[in-house]
Amino acid sequence: MKTILNEQQISLTIQRLAQQLLENNLNLHNTVIIGLQPRGIYLSDKIVDALKVILSRNGIEYGLLDITFYRDDIRRGLHIPNKTEINFTIEKKRVVLIDDVLYTGRTIRAALDALTDFGRPEKVELCVLIDRRFSRELPIQPDYTGRVVDATETQKVQVRWKEKDDRTEVVITE
Amino acid sequence: MKLSTPHLLGIKDLQSQDIRLILDTAKQFKEVLQRPIKKVPSLRDITIVNLFFENSTRTRISFELAERRLSADVVNFSASASSVSKGETMLDTVNNILSMKVDMVVMRHSASGAPHFLAKHIPAAIINAGDGINEHPTQALLDAFSIEDATGSLAGKKVAIIGDIMHSRVALSNIYLLTKMGAEVTVVGPPTLIPKYLEQAFNVRVSYNLKETLEWCDVANVLRIQLERQNQPLFSSLREYNLAYGISRKLLDGLSKKIVIMHPGPINRGVELDSDVADGNESIILQQVENGVAVRMAVLYLLADRGEE
Repeated sequence: MKTILNEQQISLTIQRLAQQLLENNLNLHNTVIIGLQPRGIYLSDKIVDALKVILSRNGIEYGLLDITFYRDDIRRGLHIPNKTEINFTIEKKRVVLIDDVLYTGRTIRAALDALTDFGRPEKVELCVLIDRRFSRELPIQPDYTGRVVDATETQKVQVRWKEKDDRTEVVITE
Repeated sequence: MKLSTPHLLGIKDLQSQDIRLILDTAKQFKEVLQRPIKKVPSLRDITIVNLFFENSTRTRISFELAERRLSADVVNFSASASSVSKGETMLDTVNNILSMKVDMVVMRHSASGAPHFLAKHIPAAIINAGDGINEHPTQALLDAFSIEDATGSLAGKKVAIIGDIMHSRVALSNIYLLTKMGAEVTVVGPPTLIPKYLEQAFNVRVSYNLKETLEWCDVANVLRIQLERQNQPLFSSLREYNLAYGISRKLLDGLSKKIVIMHPGPINRGVELDSDVADGNESIILQQVENGVAVRMAVLYLLADRGEE
């Protein structure tokens, strides 16, 4: 097991991602944030918290999206859905999707399908903590990346959060 | 986590964790139904046939909407417009339909046990949409979902099931479900419409006093008087039934607390339920119908998803 990011590094990375988000979406004008269930929401919660501090305001449009019903491997075992909560329209909005790890790209493909059922956004951007480049199975790339990781097929990259897994860190396991 | 059964034949066969899984999954589908596009692609590789050997409005439309909102291919069949009237057996009918590559069967039949018989002889997943006077599992599930929705939980809730218990598959499915999930059940109705030994067979109380039971309960699930299944007079007149066991505005207003009124439909207005009660603010009858689609989507999703692994 090798640690890629420790808690302090993750917190700095989250600050940077929030700043970069604002660079492209000034004041979050017409921009909404959507975290992907189940594991992306820990990151999106923290990015939204950071954005609130930077902007010193609370009214950020922030939703959660579950992609279970849109998976392309739905017949390979039972997938239990999580909560989706998008209490605003995404029609003609700029949407920033947030997930912890970008690997094959299949989750994001499903998320893009799911999003279209809520409206037609002006633009969709993708923000991830870890980008496992060279492992993609679909032509999908992130707009904001915490750390790029080159890991082999057999390795697992795990993002752990204190509130769920006791400690905050990113590790590679064999 | 997956369902412990390949079919949904009755609540009797379900474990409490199966019921929990269905109700929790239904919550997510209820959210899907609030979206601008109320449809997900989960079942687009699945073909479902709705076999209705007995009449139905709500259940049939509810199942069909649930199927279509999961993107399944849907075939409808009603016995009256089919070769059943030419003398074909049920098993032949179903096998012929299945040979056209159908994955799931939703069936309603006037004979109790018809879907259980089918499940033994055909390879498809079967969902019981009501069999005779036996069970109507999806109705009990949507009733439970609606009780949770309206009151927050099932465990510890006091539920009265009122009316024609004898001929009601809704009552039996509800009794199974509510007792499995830790709710308390009292059935109330005229002695002729309550089966003997019900108290001994199930963990329920029997009462013949409507007012006392309404005062006790948090939720009243009022059943339809099923005249079509009663082949002998079991009470003297509908008017007398209404006076003794019908729920009126005056009766409700006389209670010391507000209770939730449910009815599986179709309502006989002025018999078991007066109009101003059915349409009153205690009634969640239309929410039940709305929740029915989400609950059926959950059942279909969970049964279709038993994939190859």
